[in-house]
Amino acid sequence: MTDNTEILIDSAAAANASARSVSTRYLLIRNPSVIIGGVILLVMVLIALTAPWLGTTDPTFIDPTYRNKKPGAERIVMDDSDAETLWVYRMGTDSLGRDVYSRVIYGAQVSLLVGVTVAVLSVLIGLVIGLLAGYLHWVDRIVMRFMDGLMAIPGILLAIALVSLWGAGLMTVILAILIPEIPRVVRLVRSVVLSIREEPYVESAISVGTPLPMILVRHLLPNTIAPLIVQGTYVCASAILVEAILSFLGTGIPPETPTWGNIMAEGRMLFRIYPHNIFFPGIFLALTVLAVNMLGDGLRDTLDPRLAKRLRA
Amino acid sequence: MLGFIFKRLLATIPVLGMVALFVFFMLRMTPGDPAAVLAGDNGTPQQIEEIREQLGLNQSIPTQLVIWFGKLLQGDLGESFYFKKPVTQLILFRVEPTLALATVTLIITILIAVPLGVIAAYRHGSWIDRLVMGFSVLGFSVPVFVMGYLLIYIFAIELKLFPVQGYRSISDGFWPFLHRLFLPGATLSVIYIALIARITRASMLEVLDEEYIRTARSKGVKERVVLLSHALRNAAVPIVTVIGIGIALLIGGVVVTESVYNIPGLGRLTVDAVLGRDYPTIQAVILLFSFVYVIINLAVDLVYCLLDPRIRY
Repeated sequence: MTDNTEILIDSAAAANASARSVSTRYLLIRNPSVIIGGVILLVMVLIALTAPWLGTTDPTFIDPTYRNKKPGAERIVMDDSDAETLWVYRMGTDSLGRDVYSRVIYGAQVSLLVGVTVAVLSVLIGLVIGLLAGYLHWVDRIVMRFMDGLMAIPGILLAIALVSLWGAGLMTVILAILIPEIPRVVRLVRSVVLSIREEPYVESAISVGTPLPMILVRHLLPNTIAPLIVQGTYVCASAILVEAILSFLGTGIPPETPTWGNIMAEGRMLFRIYPHNIFFPGIFLALTVLAVNMLGDGLRDTLDPRLAKRLRA
Repeated sequence: MLGFIFKRLLATIPVLGMVALFVFFMLRMTPGDPAAVLAGDNGTPQQIEEIREQLGLNQSIPTQLVIWFGKLLQGDLGESFYFKKPVTQLILFRVEPTLALATVTLIITILIAVPLGVIAAYRHGSWIDRLVMGFSVLGFSVPVFVMGYLLIYIFAIELKLFPVQGYRSISDGFWPFLHRLFLPGATLSVIYIALIARITRASMLEVLDEEYIRTARSKGVKERVVLLSHALRNAAVPIVTVIGIGIALLIGGVVVTESVYNIPGLGRLTVDAVLGRDYPTIQAVILLFSFVYVIINLAVDLVYCLLDPRIRY
C-alpha cells in the first residue's frame, strides 16, 4: 500500500501502469488454474532436463532377453566390478526389451521441445504477418486469401501430409505442425490490429506523420501481447498433442527416438496383454497437455478479461 | 435469401481454389522429381516416365496447373500407386464407415454436450457447473488414442460389453453396425463434447442475463420453457457455429480413431496412404476433407437463417 502511495506522488501515469502490473501479478499468483498448471508443467520441465539422473538407463537400449515385462519386474544386474545390483523395471519393458520408464522420462524432452518451439515460432511469424495484414490493406487482401485456404485444410491432415513429403524427423515434424497453426495466430493479431487502428491515439499518431514501423511497434504491438501469450499456450498444448498423434500413427519422429507417441505406437500390438505400454506414456501426455491448457485458461482469465468474459461470463 | 446463398457459394470458390493450389504446389515444392516421389520407393524408371507423361511434368508449371485443374474438375484424382486403383473408386469404398462414425459421434456429442452446457449455465457457480467445466478442460487434454484405448480396456476387455475392434457395414444389420460404432463414437466425441458444452454454457449465460428472460420468468412461464424455448433458441447461433468449426477436430480425430478401432474408413485410408507414400491418394483425401469442411461451414451459415429470423442477408 505504501509503495503505491509513493508512486502516486511521483506521477499519475506511472502509478496506473505500475498498479496494473502489480495487480496482474497478484491475480496470476492467486489464480488456481495458473498455479496447478504451472506446477505440473514445472515438474515436467524438470523431469525433461534431469532425465539422465532420474534412475534411467539408455532409453534406446534393446535387450531381447527381457521383453514384455510387467511393471515392477526385477532383475539382478552385474556391473563392471562384479557387484550385484537389483534393477527394477518400474514401468516394465516393451516388446524389444527397452525400459519403458526410461523411455517415458526421456519422452518428456521431445514433447516439451516440440510444444515450446512451435508455440514460439507460430507466435513470432503470426505476429509479423498479422501486424502487416491488419495495417496494410494490400497485404491483407493477398495474405488473408492464402490463410483462408490454409485454414480450410484440417490441421492434423496437413501436418501428416507434410511429414510424409518431407520425411520423418524432429525438424520436419516441428515445421509440419507449425504451418497449420500460423493462420490462427495471424487472424488473432489481425483482428486486434483492426480494432485498435480505429482508436484515436493511433489516428493521431498517423496524422502527425509517425513512420509506419513506429506505429506498428509502439502502438499496435503492445495490444497484441496479452492475447498472444494466451494463444501461444494453446498452440503449445495442441502441438504436443499433434506430435504424439504423428508418432502414434507412425508418421512422425523415427520410432527408436523415445517420444510418448512412439512408446504408445510400439505398445499397440500387445495392448490387450500389456496395456501399461499405452497407459504410462498416455498419463504423462494427458497431464502435460492438461497443465498447459490450465495455464492457458488461467492466463486468459487474468490477461485478457474481454475474451475471458465471453467464454466464461 | 437465394441471393445470399448464391453469394456465399461464390465465396467458397476462392477458398477451395486456394486449397487445390496448395495441394498442387505441396508436391511440386518438395525437393526432387515429383514423378519419382509419386511413383514411390518401388517405382520403375518406366513408371516414372509414364507419370511424367501423365501429369505433363515436362511442360511448364502453368501448363501443369491447367492440366491438373482440368482433371480435378472432371473428378479425375489420378491413380493410387499403392492400391493400383483409381483414387475416386478407392474413396467411394471408404466413405460409408467414416460417415457412419461421424454421424454417431455428432449424435452422441449433441445429446450430451448441449444438456450439460444448459445445466451448467442454469446452475452457474454450483458444483455441477464446476464439474462440467473441469470435464471440458480434461476432455481437451486427453489425446483421442489414449481415450480410445482406455475405453477399449474398460468396456471391451474388462467388462466385455462391446467388441474390441472392427467394423460391420449397415447392410449386415443395424444392431451389429451400431454395436461396433458405439465405442469409437464415444471416443471421438469426448473432445467435441468438451468444446460444445463449453460454448453452450457461455452462450446460455449471456442469454440468461437478457431482459426478456426476466420478463418471461416474471409472467410465470415455466422454468423449463424459459430455458429451452426462450434461452436455448437464442443461444443457438454460436453453438451451431462451433459445431461447424469443430468438424475440423472431428476430421483429425477420425484419422486417429479409425486406426485405433481398425475401421476401414477414409481416416485409415489416409494413414495407409501416408505410410505407403501414396501421394495421389494423400492429395485426394486432403482435397476431399477440406471440401467437406468448407461445405459444412457453408451449411452452418445457412442454418442461421432458420434459427434466427432476424438474420437477413
